[in-house]
Amino acid sequence: MEVTDVNIRLACDRICLPAVSENEVQKLFTPGEDIPTCAGFMRGHGTYTEGEDLKASVAGVKEQVNKLISIKPLKSRYNGEIGDVVVGRVVEVQQKRWKIDTNARLESVLLLSSVNLPGGELRRRSSEDEKMMRKYLQEGDLISAEVMNVYQDGALSLHTRSLKYGKLSQGVLVKVFPSLIMRRKNHFHSLPNGAAVILGNNGFVWICPASGLEHQEDSGSAGGFIQDLEKEVPKADREVIARLKNCILALANSKMMLYDTSIIYAYEESMKFTVTELLLPDVMVDVANLTQHRLHLDIAE
Amino acid sequence: MADILLSEAEKTFILHGVRDNVRNDGRSCSEFRPIELELGLVENANGSARVRLANTDVLVAVKCEIDNPPSNFPDEGKLDFFVDCSANATPQFEGKGGEQLAVELAALMSRAYQTRESFNLSTLSIIKGMKCWKLCIDVLILECGGSLIDAISMGTKAALADTKIPKVSVIGSDEGTLELELADEADGREEPLDWHHAPCLVTLNKLEDSLLVDASAEEEACCAAALIVGVSPNKKITTTSIPGHGSFLADSKIFARALNLAVDVGVKLNTALEAAIKKHQTLKPPPRGFLD
Repeated sequence: MEVTDVNIRLACDRICLPAVSENEVQKLFTPGEDIPTCAGFMRGHGTYTEGEDLKASVAGVKEQVNKLISIKPLKSRYNGEIGDVVVGRVVEVQQKRWKIDTNARLESVLLLSSVNLPGGELRRRSSEDEKMMRKYLQEGDLISAEVMNVYQDGALSLHTRSLKYGKLSQGVLVKVFPSLIMRRKNHFHSLPNGAAVILGNNGFVWICPASGLEHQEDSGSAGGFIQDLEKEVPKADREVIARLKNCILALANSKMMLYDTSIIYAYEESMKFTVTELLLPDVMVDVANLTQHRLHLDIAE
Repeated sequence: MADILLSEAEKTFILHGVRDNVRNDGRSCSEFRPIELELGLVENANGSARVRLANTDVLVAVKCEIDNPPSNFPDEGKLDFFVDCSANATPQFEGKGGEQLAVELAALMSRAYQTRESFNLSTLSIIKGMKCWKLCIDVLILECGGSLIDAISMGTKAALADTKIPKVSVIGSDEGTLELELADEADGREEPLDWHHAPCLVTLNKLEDSLLVDASAEEEACCAAALIVGVSPNKKITTTSIPGHGSFLADSKIFARALNLAVDVGVKLNTALEAAIKKHQTLKPPPRGFLD
């Protein structure tokens, strides 16, 4: 086996982020900082009152809607809303539900009644179904689901009642900050280079070969729980997936928003580097800069 | 180290990728992730180094003490390794959680430096049979993300390169007690150590028939066995260790292949590390530190 040379850099050569900057830099509030307010304000999330002053309790930017002042944190756990598409991992199998880790404060819940049974039958869940739960979803399995309901304590209730949701097959999971995922109408993207991407609102991004997603739709009657583990992903597809993963991490490193257009542009701009070069920090900043530039040109047109 | 949950499909994907020599992030099976090195961060230590290997972060500091030499080697000094798994790295290291791992790592490092060829302990002797230098090498694990022992060994070698021992001379003996004097500024207060033969440890993870260098946390979760080899710059192996439950006996040829690969990778790693250390010592840049 050929051994490649090792590259060791010095800290003094480290590139300082952010190299990507907007024209107007919004004021960032740090915890404990005073927020300038108007009379008769209402206190929103991320703030607290000390005497007569309104102070920030998290680090973030100020959002003001009429008299409601709140601070939106830069880095926080995922706060679910109804209708969000999430990618989650099963951590526990309980009596009539699965506990899913979605990078939120509490584990999300997937009730047995919220999944499509294999065979697509619509019937009341029996006790036999409960015993077969582990056959559908085990600890460690990845699923794509939609938020159906938010409980009072903030925990999310998920459902996979559509053919496009269900267990995820061969692919790669990338974790980024939830605030970097833009809210769009469609979170399932089939990219022109042969890979498919699911941008979960909770920051979990799933990259798989395009055939993987199609297969799920074809076997619709099975409800998306059948996996083909024998099938080997071809080498070309694998390189596409690895390049996409590195591009997404490069964009996330420079705190850029992730959506289908930005990912496609980043992929195209990254073609002048090899896949392993994209792991170097200076190359990551370079790719992010080029993508930002191209997005600006788009807006200018 | 942390347990990562993976689905069967993800593990299959990783396995097939390793067979094709294209890992999840596009690397080949024998490539390291980008490594960053900084020397001289800890000012009140005699030498220090920080190594960042993807998300593994290790800080190594060397402090010198005057001590009595061991009775069976009266003309040699001592090397003492101590590893601290800080709770910053993972919540599992809180309290006594990280103690077992720390003890294992310290023992492994001691074995790697045991041979006189990798580090000549007689250079640490002050007065034969009575006084010697003891180098306390303290390793602090700040973040844990795979290839931990690789980063620790690189950090140790770099910290030893950065270490300067004060020059000591003996002035007379008053009724049997010896007095030691530290050299003046004018005479040259400190002298460097001979670190060029120090070993670098390389971890190889075995996944079916393939061997992975610098496995990420997800890849480590799929691998059954690992082999740690200490390689010195002149292609000699100073120590080996097989941690965990896996075995290399399934295929007789794979162990020999693993040792050869480890020596090749180790030599390349040593060369790159020496080049980076020399560059740092010639440039003498201001400390960059932990904040970006």
